Amino acid sequence: MHDKLDKEINAFPTAKLSVEHVCKDFRTRNGTVRALDDVSLTINEGEFVCFVGPSGCGKSTLLNIIAGLEKPDSGLALIDGVPITGPGRDRMVMFQEHALFPWLDVIGNVMFGLKQKPNLTDKERLEVAKYYLFLVKMDRFAHSNIHELSGGMRQRVALARSLAPNPKILLMDEPFSALDAMTRERLYGDIQDVWEKRRKTIIFVTHNVREAVCLGSRVILFSPHPGRIREQFPVSLTRPRNINDHDLADLSMQITSALKGYTAAESD
Amino acid sequence: MKRFLISLIFFILLILVWAGCTGELAFLGLNESLWSPFVLPSPQVVAQYLWDNTINGKIPLSMLITLRRLLIGYAIGLVLGVPLGMLSARFRSVSDTLGVLALGLQALPSVCWVPLACIWFGQTEAALLFVVIMGTLWSVLLSTQNGMRNVPPIYARAARTMGSSPLHTLVFVTLPASAPFVVSGMKQGWAFAWRSLMAAEIYVSVVSGFGIGQYLHYGRELQRMYQVIGIMFIIILVGLLADKILFSPAEAWLHRRWGTDKE
Repeated sequence: MHDKLDKEINAFPTAKLSVEHVCKDFRTRNGTVRALDDVSLTINEGEFVCFVGPSGCGKSTLLNIIAGLEKPDSGLALIDGVPITGPGRDRMVMFQEHALFPWLDVIGNVMFGLKQKPNLTDKERLEVAKYYLFLVKMDRFAHSNIHELSGGMRQRVALARSLAPNPKILLMDEPFSALDAMTRERLYGDIQDVWEKRRKTIIFVTHNVREAVCLGSRVILFSPHPGRIREQFPVSLTRPRNINDHDLADLSMQITSALKGYTAAESD
Repeated sequence: MKRFLISLIFFILLILVWAGCTGELAFLGLNESLWSPFVLPSPQVVAQYLWDNTINGKIPLSMLITLRRLLIGYAIGLVLGVPLGMLSARFRSVSDTLGVLALGLQALPSVCWVPLACIWFGQTEAALLFVVIMGTLWSVLLSTQNGMRNVPPIYARAARTMGSSPLHTLVFVTLPASAPFVVSGMKQGWAFAWRSLMAAEIYVSVVSGFGIGQYLHYGRELQRMYQVIGIMFIIILVGLLADKILFSPAEAWLHRRWGTDKE
């Protein structure tokens, strides 16, 4: 039994993701808005990529298409060459709100996704859940109720919940935007740590350039109306990175001015 | 403990006032009843009636008969009401038809069904069950529907990304997420069921069993107000116990889990 458990925990599945000519429109009262306009992109196995851009640039829409929660009007999103047709266990999503279930305790929440995973006994699932709670430093709170946790603790549990089924890809939609600065800084360290330990492909959506530079190996800049990829910046700073670091601030300044250029041109 | 004592003192005082008004506190000089014992019997007479009829088994037997009707009717109401409420929350066509019907019928006190129930089913158990079901069903249906509609959509989205199928999401996410609404609907349904059963038993004499409500009815016929008051006590007691035993623990658990505690 222990072999099986070790195998489950020590498996590091990861995947290559490609997006090919994806378009997506949204109909609103004021007409049709083009959220994504012919977007193509390749993300390698184990890469940590950040999508940055102002609201309305389609970054969350693209994340939802990769998650399988929305369908593109045209174009394709593929995982290891296989088209995405709906949500799947190989991609887990962490939302802006924690989206934890208040009728379950902490461990119950982490177990929820695991229970959908076949070939494991309940005892093994419990061990796996405990391992991930330990990884996000929440093992002491396994039997707490969700409302008893602080915002940062809730997002840690949400992280454990999305890591537990051992997905190939982790999709994070502005997961830290509702937290205070101190808590956020601590989570930046934790998420880098998790990425190094679990070697997943991570897509992280944010409107905070500095956050993107702190976390990503590559920062992809989006611009709105219509939503397009404008520029990509590789980030080769050494890890673990500190958000208050000088080089990091320099790079994010560059990216911010590029971003400002696009949005200013748009409002003219 | 302090809260329990305050309750206890309050009820003792209430009974003392009643005893005083009916001339049973002779040591305080209150030895004359304000009204005829026919209008307001004294607590002692009522207690005597309850005691005698508990000992000879009449009240326990009729309680058994009544509770059996209540539980069966209530259970049928729940089994129908929760799934119908789920359907109504899910499909617009169901909520535009059944949902509107439920809203209308919920406004109708279910004792209004008694005349029809007697014609349709005769003076049988079925007539009583029908009235109880009409009391339970609609409020359970409506609160389930309401609860499911109030579930934040992010829960279902999160569940879907974790590989939960639509049916699995319905049973393990949407239903538990609406539990606070469903439980308060079940509680309201219980109160309605109990009221409708009492009304039905007072109106309909059924040969298959002599329920609590029928004792109240015969107390009136025989002009035994002590019997009427005694049975009223029992009706109140059943209502209170159901609340404390069935619903309070469930509500306390929900409050603890959801963090909606007032204290």
